[in-house]
Formats: sequence, structure tokens, C-alpha cells
Amino acid sequence: MKKIKVLILRTAGTNCDYETQSAFELCGAVVERVHINTLVEEKDKIFEYDILTFPGGFTYGDDVASGKILSNEIKNKLGYEVKKYALSGRPIIGICNGFQVLVKMGLLPDPELFKQISTLSYNDSGRFECCWVYLKTEKKIGSESSCIWTKNLPDVISLPVAHGEGKFISESKDFFEDLNKNNQIVFRYSSKDGGEPEYPLVSNGSTERIAGICNKKGNIFGLMPHPERYVFALQHPAKEGFNSKYGWGKVIFQNAVDFAGQ
Amino acid sequence: MKCTTKCKTIEILNLSDEQLFELSKKNVLSLSLEEMKIIQNYFKKLKRDPTDVEIETIAQTWSEHCKHKTLTGMIEYIEEKSGEKTKKTYNNLLQETIFKASGELNKPWCLSVFKDNAGIIEFDSENGIAFKVETHNHPSALEPYGGSATGMGGVIRDILGVGLGAKPLASTTVFCFGNPDMESSKVPEGVHHPRRIMKGVVSGIRDYGNRMGIPTVNGAVCFDDGYMSNPLVYCGTMGIIPKNKIDKKVESGDLVLVVGGRTGRDGIHGATFSSTQLDGESDISAVQIGNPIIEKKVLDTMIEARDLNLYRSVTDCGAGGLSSAVGELGKKTGTVVYLDKVPLKYGGLCPWEIWVSEAQERMVFAVPPENIERIIGIFKKEDVEAVCIGEFTDDKKLTLVYDGDVLASMSMEFLHNGVPKPARRAFYEIKEEKIQKPIDMSSFEISSSLISSLADLNVCSKEWIIKQYDHEVQGQTIIKPLQGNNIETSGPGDAAVIFPYTAVKNTRKGIVLSNGLNPQYGKIDPYKMAASAIEESLRNAVAVGANVKKISILDNFCWGNPSDPEVLGSLVRATKACHDMSKAFEVPFISGKDSLYNEYFINKKKYSIPSALLISAMGVIENVENTVTMPFKKNGNKIFVLGVTRNEFGGSVFSKIKSIDGGIVPDVYPRESKDIMEKIYNAISGNLIEACHDCSEGGIAVAVAEMAFSANKGVYIYIDAIETLSPLKKKCRSGNEMTPVEVLFSESNGRFIVEIKPDNEEKFRKILEGSIFSEVGYVSDDKKVIFESKKNNIKVQQSSEVLLNSWRNTIIGC
Repeated sequence: MKKIKVLILRTAGTNCDYETQSAFELCGAVVERVHINTLVEEKDKIFEYDILTFPGGFTYGDDVASGKILSNEIKNKLGYEVKKYALSGRPIIGICNGFQVLVKMGLLPDPELFKQISTLSYNDSGRFECCWVYLKTEKKIGSESSCIWTKNLPDVISLPVAHGEGKFISESKDFFEDLNKNNQIVFRYSSKDGGEPEYPLVSNGSTERIAGICNKKGNIFGLMPHPERYVFALQHPAKEGFNSKYGWGKVIFQNAVDFAGQ
Repeated sequence: MKCTTKCKTIEILNLSDEQLFELSKKNVLSLSLEEMKIIQNYFKKLKRDPTDVEIETIAQTWSEHCKHKTLTGMIEYIEEKSGEKTKKTYNNLLQETIFKASGELNKPWCLSVFKDNAGIIEFDSENGIAFKVETHNHPSALEPYGGSATGMGGVIRDILGVGLGAKPLASTTVFCFGNPDMESSKVPEGVHHPRRIMKGVVSGIRDYGNRMGIPTVNGAVCFDDGYMSNPLVYCGTMGIIPKNKIDKKVESGDLVLVVGGRTGRDGIHGATFSSTQLDGESDISAVQIGNPIIEKKVLDTMIEARDLNLYRSVTDCGAGGLSSAVGELGKKTGTVVYLDKVPLKYGGLCPWEIWVSEAQERMVFAVPPENIERIIGIFKKEDVEAVCIGEFTDDKKLTLVYDGDVLASMSMEFLHNGVPKPARRAFYEIKEEKIQKPIDMSSFEISSSLISSLADLNVCSKEWIIKQYDHEVQGQTIIKPLQGNNIETSGPGDAAVIFPYTAVKNTRKGIVLSNGLNPQYGKIDPYKMAASAIEESLRNAVAVGANVKKISILDNFCWGNPSDPEVLGSLVRATKACHDMSKAFEVPFISGKDSLYNEYFINKKKYSIPSALLISAMGVIENVENTVTMPFKKNGNKIFVLGVTRNEFGGSVFSKIKSIDGGIVPDVYPRESKDIMEKIYNAISGNLIEACHDCSEGGIAVAVAEMAFSANKGVYIYIDAIETLSPLKKKCRSGNEMTPVEVLFSESNGRFIVEIKPDNEEKFRKILEGSIFSEVGYVSDDKKVIFESKKNNIKVQQSSEVLLNSWRNTIIGC
């Protein structure tokens, strides 16, 4: 069987690259952590990989705004290649800072537009917060989302979050209507039973409690929570998981690896 | 010696004693008269005056901060007990107490002890784990945010600079602050309000640690008004290092490569200023400015260079800057450094400033010339600045050159071994401790005491701090600082466990980190404070599943001015306890640090801190599956108290809340306590324990309440079943000597609360055979915490939700 190749794009301040690598490896993929300076030297190398990953961290210290500098750098130096890669339908994931980068370069919510039309701003709580939250997987609302990353998950899962800028907002009202209409909202913060959460289960004040979205086609996925930190049951505060061994985060990576292998 | 306009000659050859001392003070050299005279003599022999670069180099190298003169110097110690005096002379206090214990224990799994930037123990056949805890007290007092951030940055560099470089896996922080609710009018002039200090310090740690991607997983906060002018900020980092990268050796001909941050005027005199007391005039430019992203880039690249064997040695620029780092590396060979080659943040720095600046994020490497291009290439590829500034020679001299002029030329021997050993006097009077008057309370009063204990600043939830730290980054924190049976409710964990599965493929092993600290005990007896801190750190680690035979510890002394014999006397007494406990528990010290002169002068009034000894523990867990958390797990399970409860209220939370005078400070009974720790490990390894929590501040009452509310469950405890002993008559056992409230709130060491499934009881009892323990109650489903003594007609009852809220609501949203 062909080994799926994953590219984890890193730069100064990236810091979730190793655990993201481990998560993909656990799902049978071969992973390379590549510095942006290296990729810029040989831009076409990006097409050698089946999955593209923007991991969490504080790229360039989150100076200006979270993920802003890296998103500009990518647009300026790798814009053509990244857009082409995205439109090819190959899986792309942006986790936490990676989600901020995807949104700020405009790869989400619409890679064809490739323009920033929403942002992730400062948490309503006013500070960086690290804790576990419940997420409602939105496949049961209307028709199932086309997101290839979130299949085979139960209605509610828990994952850790750790961010200071996770409030998903947009100037345009239509924006959220479109997202809803196209089933692009895949994760919402929720209570344990999928209902309205209260602080601290949602600390950022995100519009419509959005935690993660995908593009219309479903190959590009961005989320604030950290699925790579919950691939083993051991990582859960109460050691919960499935098959008495794994965490629900693993399913997300497995979905993409399986999809790329089809 | 020729000097440029930027370098001055300091005339000292003909100065009087008075003038020498004045010179030391004026230039923040923090050198004593005796030291100044030795310097004068050295230059008399050379028949010339020193340059400012030379004087500054000596001052940094000889500073208390870098040299730990007091703890390694000579001390005449007098101890008085009931009018009788005994005398003892120490030639080197650390050598004869703490180092001695580690030497005698001689554990084969200790890989590097007290000689590098951190201590290292064995993790598995391939890897070691390194741990270091630093203090950054003086800077945090002046500029809380910058002070704590660079404290964190500094200790991370210690881990990068241990051996040929370890990869950081987790951090710990411990703080001592004044009361954050203090009235502003009571805060001394020139001192930041404790709340401002707390907020600044926490933000500084958060921003540096989170950006580095190192989870801060364990810690403690102690509030006491004695820390109002001098807060204590301890930062620790643990990292993993291949065993074959531990040894390092500079060879003559190696090049000096400085990597990372540029040099600026920040942090001038950091080392010398922290070797003296603070006052209203203390200069804020002594505080460094941090940039975590530069340090992260150094980390990312240097591990690659390490694994390609491109350098022979490395150390970090910490206190004393390049002067200390290059000086240390070139101690045995000699070195020549071209100061004009050092990359600067901005122009205008004098050569001596370049040499002693404590600008952050800099590492110094010793690189064989044949590798220099390759290693610079690795750094450059990821935008890390790396510049060759000199070389290691074979003349055993320190030579500094600027624009072709030689500005310093001194022998390494004089620089590193020329400092005179100070002789100090120390005195300690052992005071008799007495049991307080019997404490008797109604059920209602006990219930309200439990609530105020949980809400006390030193017991209450530190969630506000913990959640600002990314304690989950790297995905390896499997026993977390806040522990619950679901993601919503949680209580205070005893220790953290890191499962380094991304760093070590296919491992099942874990690393436990914990701490022990109780300055309140030290106000009465520093020996018992030190012994308790050691025992507490071990107890915390054991409570989550650690094997006490595989734990190492670090000491961190924060004391006042050692030239006061009584201050130094209490320090001597604490080091004695360190030696005794290390030996008794067979737990080696592997590294340590001291921060003295924690005092503040204003209007001729001296504010000195309550002495604090932090003990930080690191151990190896054989199998991460065999770990436990503290919340109760299942209704109907049985509860046991392990260890014996004595009437020990000295320095306790309860005594503080109820203003109770006297009381005996909790003592440590190593044989008893070690025995229980070993048995708990056996029981946890055999999967016999569902939940385990140590008893510390607030005693059994607080520990049981925490286990119940973190699980959103109830509990019934039968007070009369708890085993008690009189602390004075050690062998006389009788349950009647202590009142119910005393049994519940006494802070005796060596005790654990343990939850057992009824099915496992027989096996559990078998393991515990021969130890003092008793079954005291059960987990219930009515969400009520009940303590009952039928003998005394006491029944305390409180809902676990009320208890949770009182614990949670003291520090919120600062």
C-alpha cells in the first residue's frame, strides 16, 4: 500500500509540530516537518505531499495579530502553489494558530476567493485560556457536512483548547448564513449533551459558538481545539476514549489519511 | 595596556581601603573590601591599573549570584538549645551537607550531579532527563512581567545548555507573593502592589512559556505579607537528552560561536545587583528584555546541530552574560574574544557593557574550526544569527580585544579561583515548641473552618493561573495540574506526569514532577521546614504513582542577608535537614540554587523575607498506565487514611485562620513515611488504588473535601477511626488525646487519603501490613461531605458544591 505523505509546515514560533507529526504517524502516514524557508527554495515540492498541515504555535510571536505574518508570507511567497494545492482537493488542516493562518490568508472559508473575509480575534474572557471543551459535531444538522476530516465521530466529543485569539467573527452577516447553508460549520462549542455551553466551556465568545469550519468541498479544515493532543485515551483528564486506548482526536487524522489513500 | 576612548583605566593601585569600598559601591560591583584588596594586589603584581572591562569581569565572576560564596564559604555555626551552645565549623557548607549526601548515596542512575547547568538522571537505556529550577526574584520585584518572563527564558536555556543540549519537555513555577488584597497605604514606598506583581509575573511566565511551546505543568503559590517587597519567582524546566550527549569538553583551537539574540544594554549588572539588597534606587535597566521566539528558533536549530555532532561544548548566557559563559567554557584552556565582533542591538555600547550585558536568548558554542561553516549554515537556514567572536586558546588566559586593542589580559586561575572564601558567623537558637491549648469546636464551627480553610489564599484554587499556561502543549501531560473525572469539575493534583511519547518512540515510561514548600513552618523551625518540604515533594510524587526509589530532588534556597548571623544560622539549620532527609529517604539532590539578600531598605527600615526552601522533585514512572488522580471515583468505595495524625499545628493554615498561638511544627518521621510511600507504590502498581491524595495544608479535612468536590461526589468520614499519636510521647498511642477538630486540621506529614474498591481491600491490607493505617469511611452518592465523631457528638456536614465554590472563588479574574 502506498504510504501517505504529510507535510507539516513550520516556521519561527511553531510549537505543536512534533505531536501533530506523532498523530499522523499513529495513523500510518509518513511525516516531514518542513521549514518555510526550505519550501520557498523549492516551491513545487509541496505537490509531493498528500496532506498539508499548518500546526499550532505562535508563529512570529503572533506579533501584529495571531498568524497574520505567516499568512502574508505564505500568500506572498507560496500563494500560487498553496491555492493550486487547495483546489486540487487534497486535505489541508490548520490547527489553532494554523486555523488563524488559514483564515487570515483566506484559504478558509473559500479557497477560490483566497481572500480574508473573517478573522479570529481576542477571546471575550480577555485572556489566553487552556482547558478541555465539548464540541458538537454538526453532521446531524441538515445534510451531513462534506468535511472529510470529521467523519466517524460521535455527536459530542471533547478536546483541549489553548488560545487567546479564538473568537471567530466576520463583518458580513451573509457570511454566517452561507456557512450554515453550505454545512461548513463542523464543530461548535457545546455542553456535555450538545446544548448551550457556559463559561468556561466556551471562553472566546465565537460567533454561533463556532470552533471549526471547512470549505465547501470539505478538504480544508480549520479548528481552534487541538485534536493532536487527544490521540490516546491517556491524554484525556478522565482517561476516556474509544477501544479503551485511543482518543477521538485520532479519528480526525485517520479520516484524512484514509481519504488520501483512496 | 592601550585603551580606546570607549575603555577606561580604573585607578586602584593607590586607593585607600575606604576609596576601594566606595569604588565597589559606586560601580555596582558588589565586591567586599577584602575582595577589592585582593584585586588591588593582583594588579600591583602586574604593575598596572586594571581596565573597566577587567574590573567588571572580576565582579561578575566573583558575584554571589555566580559563585555562591556564602554557601560554599567558611561558616562558624553556633547552635543554642536550652542555654547550651554547641559549635561547628563548616569549610564549605554545601559540600559538607547536600553534596555529601548525594555523594554517599551514590545512585548509579544519577548521570550528572551539581556540575552542569542542570542535574541529569537516567530515563531509560538511551536517554537522561535533566531538571533545573532557577530564581528570578530581584528582577521580578522591579519589573514583574519582564522579570518573570526572562526567568522562564533563562531556566529554559539552562536545559538547552546542559550537556550538549536537552530538549525541554515541561516547566514548573512557584511564587511567593504578598497578599493581593493588601491596602495600598500599607505597601512600602517604591514597591509595586502585590496584585500588580502577581498579575505581571503570571503574564510574563504565560507569554514566554506558551510561545516556547513548553507546558507549565506543576507549581505552587504561597501568599505571605513578608514577600510584599521581595516576591519570590522560581522557574523550573525539565528536558530530555540522549545519554551520549551529556559529556562536553572544550579543546584548544575551538572557535567561540555566539548564537541567538543580539547584545544590548539590557541586563547590565544583573548578576551583581541580585547579589545585594534592593532599595528605592535599584536600577531597572538591570532587568533583561525577553523575546521567546528568538529562543524558540535557537532550540529548533541547535538540536539539529547537536545530533550532527557539530560542536564540542555549549552553555547559555545567563547571569554575567558573555563574561560568565565564555569564561566558564574557557576556564581550562584560555580564550581570546574580539568584542567588536559581537552582534549588537544598537551602537554605542562600551566594550565592558558588551562583555557583561545579560541580554537574553544567547548561547555560546565551542565549535571545531572544520565544522564552523556547516553549523552557521544550519542556524542561518532558519534565520538564527550565529557569529564567531573568538577562539579557545591554550595559554590559560582571558584576553579581550576591541578594534585591535587588548583591553583585558588576566589569568583564568586568578579569575576563577582568586576569590577569597568569606568567613561568616551563624547562630541559631532552638526554641521549645509547645502544643497549643486544646482546640474544641462545635460541628457548625468546624464546618465554617473548613470553608475558610478551602478559601484561604494558600489552599484555594490556582485555576486562574494554571489555565493561562498552555499546560497541554506537546500533548504529553497525562497527569494534569487540575484533575477531575470529567472535563468540567476539577481539584488540585499532587504532581504532574509527562508521557514523552513524541520524544521517545514506543516508550511506556513517564516523568513525574512535584514540589514541596512551606515558609510558614520555617518561621518557627527551618529544620522542620526543610524536612517537611522534602517529604512533601516526595509525597506529592508518590500520590500519583511514583516510586520513591527513583526520585531525585533540587534545592532552592531564598533567604535574607547572610551577613546577619541569625539569618545565616537558619540557613545552616535548613541545609542540615536537607542532608539528613536526603540520606534517610535515600533521595539524592542533583542540582540547586540559592538566592540571598532578599531584603528591601526604605526609610532606614529593613524588610526581609521569610526564609523559603523550595524542593522540586523529578522521578521516573515505569508505566504511565499505573498512575492515579485525586478525585474520588465510585460510590461505595472505601476510604483509608495512611500514616499517623499527630497534634501538629505550628505554622498551619488552621492556626493562621483562627489566630492560634504556639503549636508544634509538623515533623518528619522518615522511616515511617518512606515505608508507607513504598507500599503505596506497590499498591498503585498492582492497580489497587482508585484515588490518592496527600494531606498537606488544611490536613485531612481539606484533602478529603478536595477529593469529593473534584468528583462532584459525597463522602462519609468517621473521625474516631483515624489513627493518632502524641508528638511528644512518641510511643503512647491513644485516640483520645486529640479533639475532632485537631484530628481533621492537623498538618502532620507522611499521610495520604486513599480510595479502594471493596474487592481489592484484602490485597491492599496485605500490602500495608505493619504500617499505621485505618479504614475511615466511604464514598457516597449524596454529594455531601460528612465528618462524624460519635464519641464527641460531632457531625460536620456540608455539600460538596458549597465546598467547591469556596475553594474556587478566592482568586478569580484578577
